[in-house]
Amino acid sequence: MPMMMLKGNESTAYAAKLARVKVVPAYPITPSTVFPEKVSELIANGEMDAEFLPVESEHSALSAAIGAAATGVRTMTATASQGLAFMNEILYIASGMRLPIVMAIGNRALAAPVNIWADQQDTMMVRDSGWIHFYAETNQEALDLTIIAFKVSENENVLLPALMGMDAFVLTHTMEPVNVPEQKDVDAFLGEKEINYPVLDPSKPATFGAFVFPEHYMEFRYSQYIAMEHAKKVIDDAFEQFNKIFGRGYSKVSGFQVEDADILFITMGSMTGTARETVRKLREEGEKVGLVKITVFRPFPKDEIIEITKNAKVIAVVDRNISPGFAGAIFTEVAASFTNVKNRPKIIDFILGLGGRDIRVENYEEIYKRSKKAMRGKFEEVQWIDVDEESVKEVEGSL
Amino acid sequence: MFEIRFHGRGGQGAVTAANILATAAFLEGNDVQSFPFFGVERRGAPVEAYTRIDNKKIDIKMYIYNPDAVVVLDTSLMSKIDVLKGLKKGGYLILNTQKKPQDFNFKDYKIAVVDATEVAVGFGLGSKSAPIVNTAILGAYAKAVGNVKIESVLEAIKSSAPSRAEDNAKAAYESYNRTILGW
Amino acid sequence: MKITKGVVISEPGSTALEETGSWRTFRPEIRYEKCIRCMICWNYCPEPAIEKKPGEEYPVANQKLIKMPVPVINYQYCKGCGICVNECPTKAIDFVREEK
Repeated sequence: MPMMMLKGNESTAYAAKLARVKVVPAYPITPSTVFPEKVSELIANGEMDAEFLPVESEHSALSAAIGAAATGVRTMTATASQGLAFMNEILYIASGMRLPIVMAIGNRALAAPVNIWADQQDTMMVRDSGWIHFYAETNQEALDLTIIAFKVSENENVLLPALMGMDAFVLTHTMEPVNVPEQKDVDAFLGEKEINYPVLDPSKPATFGAFVFPEHYMEFRYSQYIAMEHAKKVIDDAFEQFNKIFGRGYSKVSGFQVEDADILFITMGSMTGTARETVRKLREEGEKVGLVKITVFRPFPKDEIIEITKNAKVIAVVDRNISPGFAGAIFTEVAASFTNVKNRPKIIDFILGLGGRDIRVENYEEIYKRSKKAMRGKFEEVQWIDVDEESVKEVEGSL
Repeated sequence: MFEIRFHGRGGQGAVTAANILATAAFLEGNDVQSFPFFGVERRGAPVEAYTRIDNKKIDIKMYIYNPDAVVVLDTSLMSKIDVLKGLKKGGYLILNTQKKPQDFNFKDYKIAVVDATEVAVGFGLGSKSAPIVNTAILGAYAKAVGNVKIESVLEAIKSSAPSRAEDNAKAAYESYNRTILGW
Repeated sequence: MKITKGVVISEPGSTALEETGSWRTFRPEIRYEKCIRCMICWNYCPEPAIEKKPGEEYPVANQKLIKMPVPVINYQYCKGCGICVNECPTKAIDFVREEK
């Protein structure tokens, strides 16, 4: 298997090629633009056999993807931030129509203020859209998870679209060595795309995404809910099969130094590597700290989270997003996971890294310090890290 | 882990330099990472790019604050930007300049100089208003720092230069030979 | 930047504070004894960092042109793109390497 030096956006473009994607409708947006560029290049060079559709907006990109997927071909697109916001209406249509579209997201902040940098607010905004969510820590994961996304998405018990999030710039524009799989291995993993759902066919006219009255709407929504429940096992199976062929193991939730850890960081995406580095450093100093990484956010790996954190006294959730009026999205999910659990750990939400603010070892050390203090006493549930509270106080007043 | 920061102007190829250096170090069996200062690139505006090299897996994904080496593609930046910021004591400072190492008063660092602009213009790389000096300066890096061999740099250039790989490789080798070490 | 409610920069003209002149690698220099004051450079400058000044105070190629306005480069903002150098019909603009 050849190693290549790839940026995150190039990794997902190679994943599209290796998955033998047939249609790529896309509208460029920072930090995702390199994806359509690279795909166009691969098609122009004759390395990839697909139709690239340069559409007039993100709304059109996903609409065209729906059209393509409805004919039964493998379809992929990419976007970020405002582009994803503009797609919002169509996201629900794609999942409601049960079309296995895969989309790579360069996770970026939402305006205002206008900002192009890393932030997971955009995909958290579409948490409830019925899409499966994968998040990559590295460019290798971006490539692998994109291929896996097709496998899961196209499973007949699932048939839901999937998105694969990678943080803006930290992955999309960073170059790393990536093990690019052999075509024959990806073919063996994915197989020919099956037509396991009704498709557009002029010889058999049909109505797609039809109007439905209250007497039936709920059943369609319930079937989406069930499909997402099915996805839990399908994802595990896909990870296992991927590991068999490619020798790279994934799981919805993975731990590092969790066994005897009193305090556990929960992270998602590119912030994880720096957290792992911090755990190593703190362990050398004798601190009992560990790390839990979330790779799949929808379906939410509730049982796995409860199991892997069972020895922890404090869970420090790291959220690169905020729902003003409550907390970060990952905190909400983690906290809710423990609703009916008896001996639950203390759970604290740490908000940091919004709009591309660098997430540093020092930030995790601060989180650890505060979590350790919380282990013994009272604590604030939502805490902001590395933010200039004073200058905000001048404008908004203090609480 | 060895960390390098590149300073240049949009269009001079600082980001590509960081990528090529990473590729060269990768060819020697290291794990590597390279990335630009994340932002809005404009031709002529100051840009930064970074490379990490380690003989074990690199986990960390934050900016580089205390580089082991700083490479300056355009010394006119030095009047506006503190290129030494965070550079470790005893670290390497590699400058594209017509001046000599002793013309600079940075006694805490190892200074290496090369006129990469002249080399790049000599090989017709870029235009006269915007010579592309990235491959040339990498020759100086290989000579000065030595943790990546010039042969690997040349191989990385040949495998990844977007165009005119041969001339770019020659420029790197020419600079390698012309580099003046100030220690 | 001052933090405000909303995202408001209340003083207009803040872009002018960014003196893009520091971006140059090469600087264009007009040799007025060759300049015919055609203003093509002024027209083409994308910044625009070439200003029109009264002609009497500058050297002139031909006394007939003395009353015509003359192009003057504003080095605070000139990025050194070299478009004026390329467009000048009489090759009256030199392009000199900056070494600051």
